Amino acid sequence: MNQPHVVAAPYTYVSKSVGNVMSWVMIALAPATLYGFWLYGWPAIFLWTITILSTLAGEAFCLRLMDKPAKPVLKDCSAALTGWLLAVSLPPWAPWWVGVIGGLFGAIFGKQVFGGLGQNPFNPAMVARVVLLISFPVQMTSWVSPLPITAADAPSLHQGLMITLTGIPKSFDAIASASLLGFAKTEMSRGVDLLHAFSEATAPVLSFEGFRQGSLGETASLLVAGGGLLLLWLRIISWHIPVSVLAGVVIPALIANGADPEHYLPATTHLLSGGIILGAFFIATDYVTSPNTHFGQILFGLGVGILTWIIRTWGGYPEGVAFAVMLMNIMTPIIDRVCKPRIYGRTRAGKPIVADKVN
Amino acid sequence: MGFMDKIFKQPRWGVHPDDHKRPAADTPLRTLPLPARVYIPLVQHVGAAARPIVLVGDKVKKGQMIAEPGGNISAPIHASTSGTVIAIGEITAPHPSGLTLPAITIESDGKDEWIETKGVDDPFSLKPEEITKITAAAGVVGLGGATFPSAVKFSLGKRLEVSTLIVNGGECEPYLSSDDAIMRGHADQVIDGVRLIMHAIGARQALVGIEDNKPEAIAAMRKAAEGFDNIHIRPVPAWYPMGSDKQLIQVLTGKEVPADARAAELGVLVHNVSTCAAVHKAVRLGQPLVERIVTVNGGAVAKPGNIFLPIGTLVEELLAFCGAKETPARLILGGPMMGTPLPHAKTPVVKGASGILAFSAAEAEVPDAGPCIRCGSCSKACPMGLLPLEMAAHIRADDLEGSEAYGLQDCIACGCCSYICPSHIPLVQYFNHAKGELYSKERAKLRTDATKRLAEARTTRLEREAIEKAEAAARRKAERDAAKKKAAEEAAAAAKESTTEGAAS
Repeated sequence: MNQPHVVAAPYTYVSKSVGNVMSWVMIALAPATLYGFWLYGWPAIFLWTITILSTLAGEAFCLRLMDKPAKPVLKDCSAALTGWLLAVSLPPWAPWWVGVIGGLFGAIFGKQVFGGLGQNPFNPAMVARVVLLISFPVQMTSWVSPLPITAADAPSLHQGLMITLTGIPKSFDAIASASLLGFAKTEMSRGVDLLHAFSEATAPVLSFEGFRQGSLGETASLLVAGGGLLLLWLRIISWHIPVSVLAGVVIPALIANGADPEHYLPATTHLLSGGIILGAFFIATDYVTSPNTHFGQILFGLGVGILTWIIRTWGGYPEGVAFAVMLMNIMTPIIDRVCKPRIYGRTRAGKPIVADKVN
Repeated sequence: MGFMDKIFKQPRWGVHPDDHKRPAADTPLRTLPLPARVYIPLVQHVGAAARPIVLVGDKVKKGQMIAEPGGNISAPIHASTSGTVIAIGEITAPHPSGLTLPAITIESDGKDEWIETKGVDDPFSLKPEEITKITAAAGVVGLGGATFPSAVKFSLGKRLEVSTLIVNGGECEPYLSSDDAIMRGHADQVIDGVRLIMHAIGARQALVGIEDNKPEAIAAMRKAAEGFDNIHIRPVPAWYPMGSDKQLIQVLTGKEVPADARAAELGVLVHNVSTCAAVHKAVRLGQPLVERIVTVNGGAVAKPGNIFLPIGTLVEELLAFCGAKETPARLILGGPMMGTPLPHAKTPVVKGASGILAFSAAEAEVPDAGPCIRCGSCSKACPMGLLPLEMAAHIRADDLEGSEAYGLQDCIACGCCSYICPSHIPLVQYFNHAKGELYSKERAKLRTDATKRLAEARTTRLEREAIEKAEAAARRKAERDAAKKKAAEEAAAAAKESTTEGAAS
């Protein structure tokens, strides 16, 4: 009899695998991404493809260096998911090399240098995004207004390819503009208060259906949140991180905006612009870089939310989700050290409980 | 389970594996044809091995004691059929190591003839200690798999004035249905056993926990318990590991067993339903524990079901009786969550064997382990509230004390974490390894401490002896000097005297 060599029970296993989990996250991300493809056309599709392929290449390259077979590792889909998350957080018409550098950097320096899946202290997609933002601020803040793929003046397949490969041509230049958060920041720095700034005709407007400037897959808040709800329903994520991230943004925004609407953006603006919804459901919930107890997750989520609000309000950058997530990522080991579940038969401090006799 | 039940009744710990109990649980109980030989190990319980009291060549009858308890915590062993003792020696133990165990081999005479058994007609007029004594003499041990001698537990319960007997009919392990079979078919025996144990330990009430995936057993037990107001049949959610003592106590009484205490100190005692039935047989019929119901199940078995058989039957014969669909790729004693792999089928069925599983190649497949993605599934599933991922990370780094700080010693090895892990990391294997290492370290430390103590004692003794010797020498010297001095003085005095005398003369 040829028994597999495992001594300790159990001998039955759940059929779920890491690949399944990652695939479900990608499925949940798909509606918002497809909407982004429609909204921003061919350049977005090319950028998305290039970013994912680069991430996979980065991962395969490292595994090759380590003399490990790449195929089983690539099959766990974690690199693809990293690439996907990075792609949807990029400006949709960013040039090809932004995707390539980001994808390679995320896979190699965000993940594999630490030992691969499960070992990285920071969310690899956010590492890549922050590196790109700091290194190439122009390309990383060149937003385009939505130009649905079906519209007459949308770039064709060929034009789209040229946009990705050679940059945005003059003919499309007019549609590039600031994001809402960027606009608010610029106006504030010019000394114009928010109430006046948003009364201008050229001010960007909020859009529930995501018809606005923004990253490839972050604008359709409802589709992103819908994907998040799917993950909640499948119990791939729990409510603790998303709810606390959103609360961390909304609560200070409500207080500050209520007290001084001239200088602080309202909570709805915070929720519906930038990438906070995407961050709350898909980025902050990354298993590897978030705490593993519910209480710890709430602390972590609040931290991400509040830091995002602080960076958006007083920081040098208009958007702060990526920075906030990374700052809280480094806090994760400390949070995990402090927050531990209570062990059966013991108090929180670890001492045995006092027997409460059954009568 | 309805939606509301799912929210309110489903425990916050544990897992819910496919139970695979049916159709095996629904097939009628079968009796194994008498085997030609039985191989009865002398260690079938927690505690000291039993000591053989028969010789090779002796004729024995079914139920005759063939080995006596080897200590305070031990149990006697009885012949499970009538025949001749043909060997007292080593056989393969039902253990993954494939090491051997002392056993008595009996060749059946085919008559299966009982010794003269005498039951007690009115056990409730007996003193509780008498019930305990009969149970001990019948070799009854915990049949849920723990195999702790039941009588020892009775005495403990009596001493600590336990108020509640918890009867474990959870049977949360997938594939197994031997407890289910005994509850469906012999509920009256179980309930009588419950009453006997309550009498033995002085319990006021009994709570019988049965998972709600066994409606037939619940109905049968309810019927048998009618008229006994202090026996409550309590259906509990089918949720692994519901049959674990600590978890069942918590679900039925709402109380937790302190980490440093036994359940009895909480005023409860847990006994398995099959153990209750064994106590009934021991007291009412005078029959020692020599037979039991074993579930034979798994993808490689043609006719799975529950089989009544004498203890000591080889697994091989049991499997042959149930027929094979294919060559088993894995043999397990017990359930798939906490069972023990068997090295081969030439091992005997022991008292604690609730099931023998023969897995098909597909069932036995072990997925490759991947890296931990820190998803936390394991800590959500842990019924003890531990963080298996952190414990495993420390063990991987060979920081066993670090894993202890995360509660390694509170781990009950239920297997929930390994079962649920999407990376299929064999977490329980890690924990067992660490527990074993720490145990041997502890042993080694005790040994070095003892050696050190002895060495130190020797040094002090030698020093003391040296001092004593020196003191004795000094004393002797002083005595000699004193004697010399005295002698000199005397001589001087004598000389003086003689001079005076001389002068006078």
